[in-house]
Amino acid sequence: MTMRSSGITEGRRRRRVTLAATAAAAVAAIALAGCASVTPAATSSSSSSAFKEATQVPGSAITVWTDSTRLPFVQAYAKEHPNVKLNIVTYDGDANGSTYLQTKVQLFDRTGKGWPDVVFASPTDVTWASVPTTPAAQAFAAPVDQLVPQSTLDNFAKGSLSPCQVGGHTYCLRNDIAQVVLWYNKTLMDKWGYQVPTTWEQYQALGEKVAKQHPGYVIGSIGDTNSDESYFWSSQCPAQELVGSNTLKVDLSSPDCTRMANLLDPLIADKSVATQGFFDQGFNGSKVLMSVGPSWQGQYLYNAAFKVPAGEMAAAPPLKWAGQSATYTGNVGGGIWMVSSHSQNIKAATALAEWVTTNTGILADAPTYPAYVPGAKAWLANPTNKDYFADNVSSAFLNAANEVWTGWSNTKFSDATPWSNTVLPALTSGKSLSAMLPAWQTAIADQAKSLGYTVVSQ
Amino acid sequence: MTAVEMERALAPAGARPARRRRRRAGLAGYLFVSGYTALLLAFGVFPTGYSIYLAFTNSLGQFTGLGQFTRVIGDFRFGPAFADIGSYLAMWLVLVVVMTVVTAVILRSRVRPGLSSVLRFLFYLPGALAGVASVLVWLFMLSPSVSPAAGLLRALGFSTFEQVIAPGNLPVILVLIAFWTGAGGWIVVMYGALNNIPDEVLEAARVDGAGPWRTAWRIQIPMIRKWIVYMGILAFAAGSQLFVEPQLLETASLERVSPTWSPNQLAYVFAFQYGDFNSAAAISVILLVVGLIVAALLVTRSGLFKVGDE
Repeated sequence: MTMRSSGITEGRRRRRVTLAATAAAAVAAIALAGCASVTPAATSSSSSSAFKEATQVPGSAITVWTDSTRLPFVQAYAKEHPNVKLNIVTYDGDANGSTYLQTKVQLFDRTGKGWPDVVFASPTDVTWASVPTTPAAQAFAAPVDQLVPQSTLDNFAKGSLSPCQVGGHTYCLRNDIAQVVLWYNKTLMDKWGYQVPTTWEQYQALGEKVAKQHPGYVIGSIGDTNSDESYFWSSQCPAQELVGSNTLKVDLSSPDCTRMANLLDPLIADKSVATQGFFDQGFNGSKVLMSVGPSWQGQYLYNAAFKVPAGEMAAAPPLKWAGQSATYTGNVGGGIWMVSSHSQNIKAATALAEWVTTNTGILADAPTYPAYVPGAKAWLANPTNKDYFADNVSSAFLNAANEVWTGWSNTKFSDATPWSNTVLPALTSGKSLSAMLPAWQTAIADQAKSLGYTVVSQ
Repeated sequence: MTAVEMERALAPAGARPARRRRRRAGLAGYLFVSGYTALLLAFGVFPTGYSIYLAFTNSLGQFTGLGQFTRVIGDFRFGPAFADIGSYLAMWLVLVVVMTVVTAVILRSRVRPGLSSVLRFLFYLPGALAGVASVLVWLFMLSPSVSPAAGLLRALGFSTFEQVIAPGNLPVILVLIAFWTGAGGWIVVMYGALNNIPDEVLEAARVDGAGPWRTAWRIQIPMIRKWIVYMGILAFAAGSQLFVEPQLLETASLERVSPTWSPNQLAYVFAFQYGDFNSAAAISVILLVVGLIVAALLVTRSGLFKVGDE
């Protein structure tokens, strides 16, 4: 305080005290007053059955939001259907944990206009789009099971529509699936006389051999934002399993999780499994012998990013655990299409979403593995999707597509967030996966609870 | 926020002597401030009032008392976000105050005028880049595979970008970015403040036998104290609202940096990921209150608004 404050008169001081007391009383009154809940319950949360189309304007233009990868599909549709008026907008497709679409829809719900009619998005988006964002709003996604024939939905790969299904309705059409397979460099494997592993135990043994005989080479990476889906999902680890409509089982102490952590830790220690992500800056792609990764890795990682020459890479079926009869695998991404419940031309919007996901002619040239089975067959029959590889990837892909474990649920949060924030920096600093499981558990549980899930560990 | 403070800081000084004349030139005065006042109401006062309203209500507009505040304070990301910004602010404020004042004093008294103006220009230059662009520059600087300072990074034991942006390093990295972009402007301001000190005062000090360091410590720095406090208030306000830099690092690192590193990012997640504008408003009101308390402390302790010698 400056010198002056000592000169304050008694009266002024008393007034100041009174003021402070009044303020304190006001705060207390605010705190104690009969206050409403901070999270008011939606009045009609059973919105799924209450789907009501907007007033239809036949022939009106529809707005499509797509990522740049899927843009050619939409352009092809526009070309084949010149009488449909389309506004095409490209955005990031909500990949890599982006929440652009969600952000925008929240705002459109507030202003009451502006929604796109059809969107390409990621499966996580279905969890918020299938319910109203505010009590007053209508859920963004229209139930496609009321718009598309059941026979069409039945033709999607087994389990591929499960991320779309909420409360008995289907809210999206799956664009592609990203079933995890075992990628390997056949040229190097042959040259060094290695057998392609079929079990996780053989995979570990191979890693230890590679670390000794060819140090610097890796048989996988744990450092990508989705590596948890390649490894822990394949291991049937209950990291985020919906066991009730709003109850999430998170149990990383389960043997199904610890077996994977224990398998990887020695490989991380001897550097045959990298802690730097394949997609991180400066990753040396010429030293990859093998990877456990999604079907799109062949074209997008090995061909486009790592520039591995044609005829070297091959895909083997997913690994299984010794002594286990069934094989399960993970899934890394894969997009979806949603139709807006606010669309004023829902017929045209649905037609477009249906065409881009089920037209075998266009799917044969799709950049990634189609979820629609006839489309997948056409895709596998297309030589350009196979020519790059050392052998036929069809059987590995087809088998893996039906082996994706369904216990890794589609949740309101992206599993990449707790994994990337909590586990990856610790691995980079030299901690072991096993040591990080409790922290990862807490991170997932915190994230889930903040979004209203009841978290259980049993 | 900062504009409001600046207005308040500058208003009383000019108001008093002009009081008598103002009655005659009243209309012109109102005309001159009207544009600013309109914008201030639209983009400063109204949003602040609206966020205070949101912070005390729920999405149906019902009064919730302190419910939103207890909710966000209880959120698992609240503590870490404020701890992050706290460690960042501690480093940033000390660095910006000490370094800009020292640099300005050296430039004013120990460097030839020509070189001094060249250096001031160079220090100011990075500030001309917008926040986003400066972060992009730093993304390159911090990646050992492409950085011009790769040798230095390797010498410090960092061989990958992921090692550089380890959680423990983030406050330091963000302080470096903020200093690099922000300090130049403040050096120029402090230099200007030093120029206000009459030459006779410095001359007198020299005659009395004060060397350059003594002059700086006893004469120059005390005489620009109010400017330093003013810088402290604005630097605190800007620093506590850190958003762009950690947000871009989060994207560039493919989410290795937490999406809720700073309180403003947490507010952003609440608002635009959860659609919970009320909780987001509660966080911004907390930031506002903290900023006001710090500003009030600095103002009363330093006598920033004292006019003349009452």
